[in-house]
Amino acid sequence: MTIETARLQPGALAAGVGAVLVAVVAGLTIGPVGIAPKSVLFALLDALPGISVDSGLSGLHEAIVQEIRLPRVVLGLLVGATLSMSGAAYQGAFRNPLADPYLLGIAAGAGLGATVAITQNLGDGAGFGDPVPLAAFAGALLAVVMSYGAGHIGGRSTASLVLAGVAVASFLTACQTYVLQANSDAFREVYSWILGRIATSGWSEPVVMLPYFVLAVAVLLRYRRALDILAVGDEEAQALGINPRRVRIHVVIAASLGAAAAVSVSGLIGFVGIIVPHVVRLAFGASYRILIPLSILFGGAFMVLADLAARTLVEPAELPIGVVTAFLGAPFFVIVLRSTRREVW
Amino acid sequence: MPSISTHNLVVEFGGTSILHGIDLDIPAGEWLNIIGPNGAGKTTLLRSLLGTIDHGGRIEFGGAVVDKPQDRARILAYVPQSPVIPPGMFVADYVMLGRTPHRGVFGRDSDTDLGVAVDVLTRLDLAGFAEREVRSLSGGERQRVVLARALAQQTDILLLDEPTTALDLGHQQDVLDLVDDLRRERGLTVVATLHDLTLAARYGDRISVIADGRIVESGTSTEVLTTETIAKHFGANVRIIDDPDGPVIVPATTDRSRS
Repeated sequence: MTIETARLQPGALAAGVGAVLVAVVAGLTIGPVGIAPKSVLFALLDALPGISVDSGLSGLHEAIVQEIRLPRVVLGLLVGATLSMSGAAYQGAFRNPLADPYLLGIAAGAGLGATVAITQNLGDGAGFGDPVPLAAFAGALLAVVMSYGAGHIGGRSTASLVLAGVAVASFLTACQTYVLQANSDAFREVYSWILGRIATSGWSEPVVMLPYFVLAVAVLLRYRRALDILAVGDEEAQALGINPRRVRIHVVIAASLGAAAAVSVSGLIGFVGIIVPHVVRLAFGASYRILIPLSILFGGAFMVLADLAARTLVEPAELPIGVVTAFLGAPFFVIVLRSTRREVW
Repeated sequence: MPSISTHNLVVEFGGTSILHGIDLDIPAGEWLNIIGPNGAGKTTLLRSLLGTIDHGGRIEFGGAVVDKPQDRARILAYVPQSPVIPPGMFVADYVMLGRTPHRGVFGRDSDTDLGVAVDVLTRLDLAGFAEREVRSLSGGERQRVVLARALAQQTDILLLDEPTTALDLGHQQDVLDLVDDLRRERGLTVVATLHDLTLAARYGDRISVIADGRIVESGTSTEVLTTETIAKHFGANVRIIDDPDGPVIVPATTDRSRS
């Protein structure tokens, strides 16, 4: 007799990679200026060092692909992958299906930071080193530190940490509302930031995001088996010889850093961190050995496609991407739920 | 083959003492049943042995204190009263969790780990269940799967917290017979908490009664399970019927129950 344990099957991996490729090709080719996929491929190859291929694109079209669409697609991949893998990790660390990357007040902290920066006219929210994403990042991290501090006072249990996150989020949201009330002329700009967007000015946002993405991927992939062990609860996990508190703090730090970086460059994009991991669970299985890598792939692909919809559905205007992720994601989730009928929580 | 001994074991929660200086000596290979009324401290005693709650005093396994969780998990395995069964987890993966103390958090499944899991599944007649979700199993099957995870740890000591609570009579016998067989095969030391006093009398070598956080009686089933002891510590009026396999405890008819 032999037994099969949970592992990422080649077919599932191929589906994830395929989803990313489809999303990337669609993101690069579809827009106000239609560009053939073959030309896009050649233009990308041509951009690689040591390779020279004639894409047949004009200089303008080549610039559209390489300087406008490609950075935006890469940022979408990074933000979507980070939010969905962080959401999956939070759900595992807290054993809570409603946990998302914003659980410990990251959204509220980032919102406060961005609101302060915008109302004080410190920047416009774009570009490397702009005060708005920096303030959002600082606010997000402050919220996590406050939640951990308050949760520690409450007895260090998972429930007290989650409750502390709720309290901290409420407190920081109240602060944000107060700041906004006192600067009502900035309301539109702050609201626009809160609804989220995948906008780039060249490569600065993907470059800012990349190290946090790499860190989160490295840590969360390493801890994916530990998350499976945490699924039996802290006491049983401890009886199996692991330190659940230490595992949880490492996972939460990595996921929070990633989510904070994502929020700082793209604003608050809801839904992805909850729904993508659940769709992956329903379709491919609940083990974190499968869930973390596939959340990275499908989260990235989903965000690129959502951004494509956001910038093309009501051309020349753009829809807020948070609206699109919920509008497309919710029905899709219901379809997957109906078709699989699996119990994953 | 480690024995278990506790010296002046003390547990407090929020300033309230739960265990008051427990001294226990459980020789290697013995099966000790711990009985007592609700809230007496049975589960707390098991959790102290397991190392999942803070305690005072000294606990030794084979004469040595074992502090590191991973080392302790290689010595003793635990079957909780209400195990958490993760949704969507398959039997094979659940049993493989038992290899965590040997493999570590970041290790991969080795051929040895897989071999141990296969052996355990086969021994417990669970081979056909490997690819089933644990949650889809019946109560009795599920309890065997939880036991399989504990056995996959390949420890010398097995701690069982009310292992028969959710089971019907037939499955209660199945599980305890299985533990008894495994104990004889593998020389396991077993510490179990049990509510059913007749089962406690039938299985195991000795019984200790815990009441108000203290061990108040210890001995063989016939020594410990007397009408006086049960009345005193459980507040129950019982009759004890002598049976070749051990005493049978039945509730006595009282004036109140008659009316």
